[in-house]
Amino acid sequence: MRDNLNLIPLSRFIFHSTHIAYYRGVCLRPACDPSKFVSEAVKSIPSSGIRRFFDLVSGLEDVVSLGVGEPDFITPWHIREMCIHSLEKGQTSYTSNYGLPELREELTRTYYRRYGLDYNPASEILITTGVSEALDIAIRAVVNPGDEVIVVQPSYVAYVPSVILAGGKPIIVSTHRDDDFSLTAEALKPAITSKTKAIVLNFPNNPTGAIMQEEGMEDIADLVVENDLFVISDEVYECLTYEGTHIPFSSLEGMKDRTVMLNGFSKAYAMTGLRLGFAMGAPDIIHSMMMIHQYCMLCAPITAQVGAIEALRNGKGEMERMVREYDRRRHFIIKGFNGIGLECCNPKGAFYAFPYIGDMGLSSSDFAERLLNEKKVVTIPGDVFGEAGEGFLRCAYAASLDDIKKAIERMGDFVDNLKQ
Amino acid sequence: MDEMIQHILEILENDARTSPEEIAALTGMSAQDVSQAIAKLEETGVIRHYKTIVDWDLVGENYVYAVIELKVTLERNQGYQVIAERIYKFPEVRSVRLLSGDYDISLTVRGKSMKDVAFFVAEKIATLDQVQSTSTRFVLKTYKEDGVILHEPESIQRLPVSF
Repeated sequence: MRDNLNLIPLSRFIFHSTHIAYYRGVCLRPACDPSKFVSEAVKSIPSSGIRRFFDLVSGLEDVVSLGVGEPDFITPWHIREMCIHSLEKGQTSYTSNYGLPELREELTRTYYRRYGLDYNPASEILITTGVSEALDIAIRAVVNPGDEVIVVQPSYVAYVPSVILAGGKPIIVSTHRDDDFSLTAEALKPAITSKTKAIVLNFPNNPTGAIMQEEGMEDIADLVVENDLFVISDEVYECLTYEGTHIPFSSLEGMKDRTVMLNGFSKAYAMTGLRLGFAMGAPDIIHSMMMIHQYCMLCAPITAQVGAIEALRNGKGEMERMVREYDRRRHFIIKGFNGIGLECCNPKGAFYAFPYIGDMGLSSSDFAERLLNEKKVVTIPGDVFGEAGEGFLRCAYAASLDDIKKAIERMGDFVDNLKQ
Repeated sequence: MDEMIQHILEILENDARTSPEEIAALTGMSAQDVSQAIAKLEETGVIRHYKTIVDWDLVGENYVYAVIELKVTLERNQGYQVIAERIYKFPEVRSVRLLSGDYDISLTVRGKSMKDVAFFVAEKIATLDQVQSTSTRFVLKTYKEDGVILHEPESIQRLPVSF
């Protein structure tokens, strides 16, 4: 109807007021620019360079991607089959806000078995729609406007925006190649002020693959107590630890009530699209998170929750098989990168290699963009994960061995060309 | 089991042609250590055999397969080993298994035609003294063979870039 109005002479309109016109009794309200309604908080979120990559990649053929942040495995069949069965049975209702009791009980058993951690399924566990949601509500549950939250970088891209959206002030602490990107208490100390409320940790780390060493963790725990801080620990890559063993921050003496552990099924059980995560912490914290969760999410999708129960009960074998496969690719890609002259720390967890390209005369994003355009290899520039990531590339080895081989070969050519 | 041995066996079970150099790159061992470990695994019989799974249909060789179940009577002082040996020596027989339940032995037979297979069973297997009865079922289509899916549907596309 509106399209046709262009053809109608203006004189045919009867103006009722300066803003609203009527034509034959039909109200015609003026167009507006909706961008003016966008909140200042959203506008203040730093935009990520990654969006550009989506556009650059689309349309290119014969692309080899090391740019993914998810397993290249399909969710193990027994888990999918259980999801399908639950749908066939008609299990499509809401669940408790906290999540299915069986799932929470299974998590309690799992974490007791793995680490001797004892979380009460009734009050200390919340099932969320992915770790992304858990992160958002954990930060909103503890941050007051003006609170400072320490974010350790390079790290997953969501922490800083989540802090900003909650009205907090992100304070960046960097980890470095010389320390294998692990965090030290000395690095944390200068960033702590009287306004510091919490620290966001992410180990095993996306994008560096770094894990935390036990000695370093104890020092950090001391610092947390001395400064009366809270810890938000994103441990979604927990099960993907290849050297040493994963130590949940909450398992350190005195840390259980000061820490909310965020975790999920995406990486360990290749369930990214099912969107299922969980948070474990003190009842006050979990309850506060649930207060937000009940209004913004109500509950996590029931199909995914059913799949997660199956994953915890019977998924260990398949998960370990996938972990061994990643481990082999890890060895392969590190050797490959070192072989073509890209120096690379040994990543002990997650599924990312983080080679250094800072001595090639290009910024991370220029390097990644040229690599994509000239050699059709997708990598993620390290600065996407914070300034400390400048000079590095994130290369996911959650790709087939054939793709990894192809990528290394093409990157070798690219590096040779650069050096000439 | 040693972690490295497990890696080597998983790699070779998935692709027997993986070279020691590649296995070395995948495990962080040296190629020489890998070769030695494989030699030992072959020697001790852990690695039984290297073979290729062939889809003969695609080259026009339309083999016929049948699963045959046997009820057998055991003779004094002889277990199933004797009858199994008699059967597995025929090259037409691709596998022989002792089963629990209604039947005792299950075999897979390959032939050039249904007639071929039927005559083989009638003449060579059913006539054995220990065999009480046979039940032959022809295979119409094989979907998965020894862990390998033969006609896999198109794979799911993932986003090329994600966090």
